[in-house]
Amino acid sequence: MILTLVEHADGRPERPSLEALAVARRLGSALGKPVQAVLFGPRSRDAARQLAGQGVATTIVVEDARLDAYAPVAWAASMQQLLDRGAAAVVAAGSERGNEVMAYVGARTGLPMAANVVEVTPGKPFRLVRQRWAGSLLEEASLDGGPPLLTIAPHAVAVEEGAGAAPAIEAFAPALTDGDLRVRVVGRVEPAAGSLSLTDAKVVVGGGRGLGGPEAFAILDELAGLLGGAVGVSRVATSAGWRPHAQQIGQTGLRIAPDLYIACGISGAIQHIVGCRAAKRILVINKDPEAPIMSRASYAVIGDLHTVVPAISAEIRRVRGNGASAG
Amino acid sequence: ERPHSVVNVLVCVKRVPATGGTIVLTADAQEIDTRYLGFTISPHEECAVEEAVRLIEANGGSSTVMTLGPAAAEEQLRDAMAIGIERAVLLETDGGDWDPIATSIALTDAIRAQEAAGQRFDLLLFGNEAADTGDYQVAIRVATALGLPCINGVKGLDIRDGVAVARREASAGGWEVYEVPLPAVVAVKEGINLPRYPSVPGRLRARKKVVERVVPKQAPAGLVKLRLRLPEERETATEILGTGPDAAPKVVELLQRLGLLAS
Ligand SMILES: Cc1cc2nc3c(=O)[nH]c(=O)nc-3n(C[C@H](O)[C@H](O)[C@H](O)COP(=O)(O)OP(=O)(O)OC[C@H]3O[C@@H](n4cnc5c(N)ncnc54)[C@H](O)[C@@H]3O)c2cc1C
Ligand SMILES: Nc1ncnc2c1ncn2[C@@H]1O[C@H](COP(=O)(O)O)[C@@H](O)[C@H]1O
Repeated sequence: MILTLVEHADGRPERPSLEALAVARRLGSALGKPVQAVLFGPRSRDAARQLAGQGVATTIVVEDARLDAYAPVAWAASMQQLLDRGAAAVVAAGSERGNEVMAYVGARTGLPMAANVVEVTPGKPFRLVRQRWAGSLLEEASLDGGPPLLTIAPHAVAVEEGAGAAPAIEAFAPALTDGDLRVRVVGRVEPAAGSLSLTDAKVVVGGGRGLGGPEAFAILDELAGLLGGAVGVSRVATSAGWRPHAQQIGQTGLRIAPDLYIACGISGAIQHIVGCRAAKRILVINKDPEAPIMSRASYAVIGDLHTVVPAISAEIRRVRGNGASAG
Repeated sequence: ERPHSVVNVLVCVKRVPATGGTIVLTADAQEIDTRYLGFTISPHEECAVEEAVRLIEANGGSSTVMTLGPAAAEEQLRDAMAIGIERAVLLETDGGDWDPIATSIALTDAIRAQEAAGQRFDLLLFGNEAADTGDYQVAIRVATALGLPCINGVKGLDIRDGVAVARREASAGGWEVYEVPLPAVVAVKEGINLPRYPSVPGRLRARKKVVERVVPKQAPAGLVKLRLRLPEERETATEILGTGPDAAPKVVELLQRLGLLAS
């Protein structure tokens, strides 16, 4: 079988896990093996019912009250016990938990693991293509030495919707030691209410080194406010302490996918681009017409952002007819 | 008053090229062409180094930085010492690929050797993933081999009375809190702190420090790189809306056309 970890949010399968299932299903048909989905935590059975049409033969619901809170080692121990029943490959999403659990399975079994795979071809050895540098570079690799452990890069493969009944559910009670439960979530801090998250914003106004200092961000805050959007920044702006890291876009920050990304004073280093390439359109405001980000721009204004951005805000106020009151 | 708990910290860092606007590959597609590039410590690990220095400043204890890499990776060890790490260990390779299993085994062996020689570690800091290969597993493999608990994705860390309390971002927003006894492995992400810049005296001090060298044994690889390639890029046609503030009306027209000026 092809064992696939399926994560769910309160009973709803997560999209990256459905992408992982699509890869598992192709692997399964190439190898003539059925796909088994594995679900953990409360409401797993609700999520299992939603796996109809995903090519899953059986859904294994790991039932143990000690796993109500996420415990990566215990999840891995459970996966390992299922793997020991005979699996041709183990697949998970390249999510924080998917990568973590698979790394533990690898550590416990000594099996090799490849993270953020986008293509896989079975054989001896397996051949695969995976992402490096958060997707700015692809690696063709071979994977040898037992059933491969693969995580699938999010948003890189399509979900396959098919017809079919919900798969049969099998309850599984893992054998867990206290050591398996040593690392687990012991508390939660809820998100601050009412804050527009950068990853949900339809418009993101980005600022980089071209801002020249923390003060100039006032003009970006103003424009973002007028557009009901959010401000994001490059690593230069966070490393210099101009803005908090929570606003950083890129490889070591957030991935955003707004309708419009307005990149001001940002050159477009690949590590920044991997964070904003899912934007539908990019509007660049830069004084350098040769800046690398130009090649990703749908629209551009060439000029000094310190005058261009306030002019845009003023024009928005003018067309909205409240130029006088807003100053 | 709180009991003063000394911590002995190890940080594992990796040397990676500081790529810029584009990646250029060597003709044989085996490597990034680094002839015109500098090198750096992966960003998550730069924060691990900073976290180690802060912990030692606050609690006292020892700090060691370790890397597996070519002789030139000494530069990254000295960068870490320039901001305050005391000791450095280089597991020197000939520059070829080490897959995550081979890397983990070499690091684990070196950590055991350090401990056998009397250097205790209460806290082993890693990056969540290396910037170049992004394997997401070396910290976990090392922790598992050493029988230590490991917390990943950490963006907030508190060490007190022999425990590590760590925060990591929850996928639905907010934070998950973890707590494990020391000794422990913690893999951090950029954002946990704001790394300081090295001072000139710091750099001078680092230059004079001894780097301990070890020749590691390379275990066979399971994951073998065949070649690298750049992802296909779709060409974007760029419409220049204008130059300077005079372009503002064109920008606002665009915003209206895209339906982004609704209210
Ligand atoms: C492993 C690794 C991970 C990284 N992760 C990230 C990441 O997550 N996010 C990220 O952003 N970076 C990341 N970086 C850093 C990245 O490589 C770049 O250094 C960074 O993105 C550059 O930021 P910038 O565009 O603001 O600055 P610069 O590259 O200096 O560009 C400044 C731009 O502003 C323009 N400009 C200057 N003045 C003005 C003006 N008055 N008006 C208009 N335009 C002006 C210039 O023409 C230039 O194009 C990472 C680097 C590494 C090595
Ligand atoms: N060659 C290396 N030398 C020292 N530490 C490393 C090395 N490779 C990886 N690490 C550490 O392990 C973490 C995870 O790496 P990876 O599993 O390769 O993504 C990194 O952030 C480093 O802290």
